Amino acid sequence: MTLTDLANPTRFLALTTRILPWLAGATAILLAIGLYQSVMAPDDYQQGATVKIMFIHVPNAWLSMFVWGVMSIAALGTLVWRHPLADVAAKSAAPIGAAFTFLALVTGSLWGRPMWGTYWEWDARLTSVLILFLMYLGLMALWRAVEDPSRAARAAAVLTLVGAINIPIIKFSVDWWNTLHQPASVFRAGGPTLDKAFLWPLLVMAIAFSLLFITLHLAAMRNEILRRRVRSLQMMQASSSRTFSAEAGSASCEGNGSKEIGIA
Amino acid sequence: MSALAALIRRDIRIALRVGGGALIGVLFFLTVTVLMPFAVGPDLALLSRLGPAILWLGALLASLLTLDRLFTADHEDGSLDLIVMSRTPLELACAAKALAHWLAAGLPLIVATPVLGLLLNLDGTATLAVALTLLAGTPALTFTGMIGAALAVTLHRGGLLLAVLVLPLSIPVLIFGVAASQAAISGPMSFGTPFSILCALSLFSLVIGPFAAAASLRHGLD
Repeated sequence: MTLTDLANPTRFLALTTRILPWLAGATAILLAIGLYQSVMAPDDYQQGATVKIMFIHVPNAWLSMFVWGVMSIAALGTLVWRHPLADVAAKSAAPIGAAFTFLALVTGSLWGRPMWGTYWEWDARLTSVLILFLMYLGLMALWRAVEDPSRAARAAAVLTLVGAINIPIIKFSVDWWNTLHQPASVFRAGGPTLDKAFLWPLLVMAIAFSLLFITLHLAAMRNEILRRRVRSLQMMQASSSRTFSAEAGSASCEGNGSKEIGIA
Repeated sequence: MSALAALIRRDIRIALRVGGGALIGVLFFLTVTVLMPFAVGPDLALLSRLGPAILWLGALLASLLTLDRLFTADHEDGSLDLIVMSRTPLELACAAKALAHWLAAGLPLIVATPVLGLLLNLDGTATLAVALTLLAGTPALTFTGMIGAALAVTLHRGGLLLAVLVLPLSIPVLIFGVAASQAAISGPMSFGTPFSILCALSLFSLVIGPFAAAASLRHGLD
């Protein structure tokens, strides 16, 4: 099963129907384990119970960047390889990524209030994540501004690739500008600085959130494919009802309609 | 090479003549700057403290306003199709158009800065610092804004959508432009650090902008 096999939407739909329940189940189990471990994790000697916000905040923040990465690969798929499902993947990932980014910002500021004494600080990491959030919203606005999905797809792909510059900036902002947000403590040279009691729940939560993203993304892609099929069926119906009186044009319209279904 | 020079000359000529609207940007810049004292109150000490930020914001909005027409006018009269089809690489043509736009609409903003600095009670060093940072930073605004202009013309949508797409990309330029001006006026940071990052942002967008704009024109026009 390669990526080109999945270019056929019907095959993709069949595959997702089979694996989605398993993915959803695995996500639920891992989330339950992760949440239980997070609740049972000891309080930090300095931060007290607020350290547990980290178990939600960090996976959300990772995923906010990971989803943009997925969208960038999908953008390459749209522009370079012309994969038929690439723009479906890019379009359905944007709202999910925006939600993860929003949750990362909210949980971060809830943690910041007791720890830093402020909900918001114009620190390099916070600002760059806020820009990421704005770019997600701009991308969603772009998708909504254009009726023709393939035209919107190419424009969104260019914007996604330009916006990808922000991802390394977010990642390294804590090293380049030594401001309020703490530097990386898990994926760093010389091993994680986090204690094992915190590291394990965090890793379980990270995997659970990644699975959550994959589940939501596949489901959203399914919905998008079905939505496009409905759209092309409606357009076919509209064109056939219009050409009912003038039968000469109906053949070419039907040809167009079936081509669109093939694409969808 | 001569094709690009001709393109630049043509764009500047169109921008400066009747209906071009390059100088409307300066007028808008002036109006925004004059509006600010009404909003924050005519306190001269406060105005001189906010001055660099006000000037940068005004320049950002003014360049965004004029960018809307960068490709649209050419698309309407059909010359954009000729540019896309011509033998000159589209990336270079985009860069030439952006350069012409910056010369016609960006440079007047910088020339106007000393006058507007007077209105905001900025002293000589502060005015010089703001003008220098604008000189280094406005190319970045033009070249990243060009990406939005190219997207807007392929989508037949302009105005607010362009602003929503371009403004997040211009935040780093704004941050380092204002930071460099403030550093020159009051310290404690040295002027060189944010200023060289600002120059780097401009050079970076000089590379990225034409490629992204050309890609979106190539894929978007039909």
